Amino acid sequence: MNIQEMILTLQKHWSDQNCILMQAYDVEKGAGTMSPMTLLRSLGPEPWNVAYVEPSRRPADGRYGQNPNRLYQHHQFQVIMKPSPDNIQELYLESLVKLGIDPLKHDIRFVEDNWENPTLGAAGLGWEVWLDGMEITQFTYFQQIGGLEAKPVAVELTYGIERLASYIQDKENVFDLEWTKGVTVGDIFYQPEYEHSKYTFEESNTDVLFELFSIYEEEAKQTMEKGLVFPAYDYVLKCSHTFNLLDAKGVISVTERTGYISKVRNLAREIAKLYVEERERLGYPLLKEEATENGSNK
Amino acid sequence: MAATSDVLFEIGLEEMPARFLNDAQQQLETKTKKWLEELRLPYKEISTFVTPRRLAVVIKDVATKQPDIEEEAKGPARKIALDTEGNWSKAAIGFSKGQGKVVDDIYFREIKGIEYAYVNKYIVGLSTFQLLQNFKEVILSLTFPKNMRWGDLNLRYARPIRWLVGLYGTDIIPFEIAGVHADRKSFGHRFLGNSIKLDNPLEYQEKLKSEFVIVSPEERNKLILEGIEYLENKKNWDISVDKELLNEVKHLVEYPTVFFGSFSEEFLTVPEEVLITSMKEHQRYFPVKSKDGKLLPKFVAVRNGDDNFIETVARGNEKVLKARLSDARFFFEEDQKQSIEKNLEKLGRMVFQEKLGTIAEKVDRVVKLTRSICNLLDLDETTTYNAVRAAEISKFDLVTNMVNEFTELQGIMGEKYATIFGENKQVATAINEHYMPRHAKDQLPSSIEGSVVSIADKLDTIIGCLSVGIIPSGSQDPYALRRQALGILQIVNGNKWSINLESLFRTTQKLYSELNIATRDEQEIKQSIDEFFNLRASFILKEDGIDQDITEAVLTSGIGNFAYTVEKAKVLAIKKQDESFKQVQESLVRVLNIATKGSDTGVNKDLFENEQERILYETYHDVKSRYREAMNNLNALESIDILGELSQAIYDFFEHTMVMSENKELKSNRLSLLNQIAQDVLDYSDLTKILWKQQS
Repeated sequence: MNIQEMILTLQKHWSDQNCILMQAYDVEKGAGTMSPMTLLRSLGPEPWNVAYVEPSRRPADGRYGQNPNRLYQHHQFQVIMKPSPDNIQELYLESLVKLGIDPLKHDIRFVEDNWENPTLGAAGLGWEVWLDGMEITQFTYFQQIGGLEAKPVAVELTYGIERLASYIQDKENVFDLEWTKGVTVGDIFYQPEYEHSKYTFEESNTDVLFELFSIYEEEAKQTMEKGLVFPAYDYVLKCSHTFNLLDAKGVISVTERTGYISKVRNLAREIAKLYVEERERLGYPLLKEEATENGSNK
Repeated sequence: MAATSDVLFEIGLEEMPARFLNDAQQQLETKTKKWLEELRLPYKEISTFVTPRRLAVVIKDVATKQPDIEEEAKGPARKIALDTEGNWSKAAIGFSKGQGKVVDDIYFREIKGIEYAYVNKYIVGLSTFQLLQNFKEVILSLTFPKNMRWGDLNLRYARPIRWLVGLYGTDIIPFEIAGVHADRKSFGHRFLGNSIKLDNPLEYQEKLKSEFVIVSPEERNKLILEGIEYLENKKNWDISVDKELLNEVKHLVEYPTVFFGSFSEEFLTVPEEVLITSMKEHQRYFPVKSKDGKLLPKFVAVRNGDDNFIETVARGNEKVLKARLSDARFFFEEDQKQSIEKNLEKLGRMVFQEKLGTIAEKVDRVVKLTRSICNLLDLDETTTYNAVRAAEISKFDLVTNMVNEFTELQGIMGEKYATIFGENKQVATAINEHYMPRHAKDQLPSSIEGSVVSIADKLDTIIGCLSVGIIPSGSQDPYALRRQALGILQIVNGNKWSINLESLFRTTQKLYSELNIATRDEQEIKQSIDEFFNLRASFILKEDGIDQDITEAVLTSGIGNFAYTVEKAKVLAIKKQDESFKQVQESLVRVLNIATKGSDTGVNKDLFENEQERILYETYHDVKSRYREAMNNLNALESIDILGELSQAIYDFFEHTMVMSENKELKSNRLSLLNQIAQDVLDYSDLTKILWKQQS
């Protein structure tokens, strides 16, 4: 099964579970979790079921396209269900079967892994799912986001697309994976991998990046003051990515590092609070929608 | 014997963390027992079971109801129960009613001279079936290291509860937790098994087994060990089974099947420690050695399932390990392209502790402390040179890729890389050893250099933390300061080093006060350092079987030279068993007690009034120099024996001399003499703390 078919399969599976199929969010981010579709929407009482592919940038993992396992940018398939359904493990395992992974022929385990992202004031409990010893999915029940208690609890599934594909396609080098018939990951991503690595580690203009960080931070603040949650959050994501670029280049000293992280954290926290307030002010539109939908069904 | 039935409770959960299970099983057993005792429910035996997905308890032969009991209920005193005319008072009537009785049932019994009203109560036992419905209390009383919420619920538990089984005989015990209702339906292995209808509690273990769940952890343990042993014999391997790993692995599976895999021999160029850590810590594999102790490119793992398609599973695991080992080999090669100097530069960008600056700054202090300790120990030039060099580069491996990936290899990689980069053996060994002892039962550094740097490094961490208010309390000790303090004391004592710890504390404290980062007052810091180490020292003495009073006696004036302090404690412990020492101790204590009433302002022989004063003075002067020599030689036994020679003179002195004389000059002269003696006694220990057992 090529990557494209995998994605289609997962989309179909989760769509059948009433997940909204979203598209990748258009601001750089380090993980699917940071998309506002996860981070903000997991907060508050409104139900939220969503699935999407998220290209995730990790500048420090850039290897000029030379490492068989590490990428500047990889893909995650992200599922959020709030409140977490009682049969979520079964739903997940069914998705593996649909990807051609027969549990009777493999060893699938749920190994404790608690997830914490202090930058986002977020924490969750759950597992990494092992397939014959390989971690293929992060399975997390959110307990806290942006410093706020997550209630009801959203469950997050993050499939590592390339990891899973390397197993399904039995390839050792990520660049040899088939994306779609006749096209490999290498065909599509080798050049950007090389160029982003070169940019990140050698060619980026440090002064410009530092300046951009300040500009994005200012813009995030002033937008937040006007109560505009989503634009403010976009700028927080930009701060975070800019920080990652600087950090990967190794130009941020220890003392500065802590400072930058806490800047991003504080912004994210305030935005989380603001989001919750705004949703309340709007009368939790998704909550109503579901109520009427259920009503008409019955 | 009343009729009995068996009980089964099973809590079905999403996969619990392996590390929770031993304790959860223990709790389930003790809490169930306690609960049954409180309910006065007789039973024959309790068995508990755990797997990643379930907690279960089977109780055999539980009586169908609580036994009926007769109880005495105590009421008001006689004078309140009866009025002056001998009629029952309102209080008495109320009491008997309250107990479901009438006044005619009341009788009197005397307690401590006062008569009280009593009635005998007969309590009919409740039905077990009814009582068992409250087992929910026991389930919810289990505690876990971490709890979570799920769905829209407020309940916090180890993992989401997905099914419940409650059976009393053949009947379902109705109760509900988190929206889940107890039933007779359980579930087998997630992939191999089906759902199970349980008809009675005693078939639990067998029925689960037929659906590929081994509910007994002991049995899973045994199956894994058998599987390993089978491979050992068949392949002529030596597989050392790490207990902790086995314990974890058995709690990761419901149906264990042992299998093996291989990795390419080319990875054997990577240090063994790295390969083993990668297999054990990351993949939960057991490393394999040949009979002559050489690491083989093989591993043994445990699948959660049967042996169908075990080849696929083995190949998958091989692939994962290959990727891991490729990373490790890449790191090993990359790290060797760096140099120690380049790595040291990077330490300037690595935080040691937010308030305590960078690792580079820490290393600077550790180097200074290492020099001080070498001086104090009067070490030769070569040893000092090696120790200082080891201190300088003690942390260079922290910025290597390998340690970044495998934190637990810090020091071990330092030794390997230092050797590769051409450092001498003493320096390389000391880099590894400066982390020792790494845990409570770990070995101490074998080399002098390693011991010195270890003390310097730990001292710096402890005193730094205490200076900025990071003080361990209760179970909170994130920097393992207690363990590190114990480590220092163990090293000093193990080497029998004559080194004054308080002076080392002050040296370290000075290094920090120069940095101006302390958030607490100097005096306060000093006090907290001394107290902190004092407590650790008491702990070690206690472990050595020394009584608390002796520990207090030897530690009153501080830890000082710890190896000698331990010696003194041991000598006093023996002396305390010796009846004749009691005289000595009493005489010296008399001196210590009265000495507090004045101070040493100098002794004038001409002011002596009687022979006993003169004899005490002379004896003391005779004893003093020998005593101090014995003390300097750290001869604890001889020192106290020499002090003991003063005993008779002290008795005679007190017999004939009025210390607190009206004459101020005489009084001050006598107190001066006693203070001089007292000071020498206190140098040994505060003997006033020693308690003599009451002779029976």
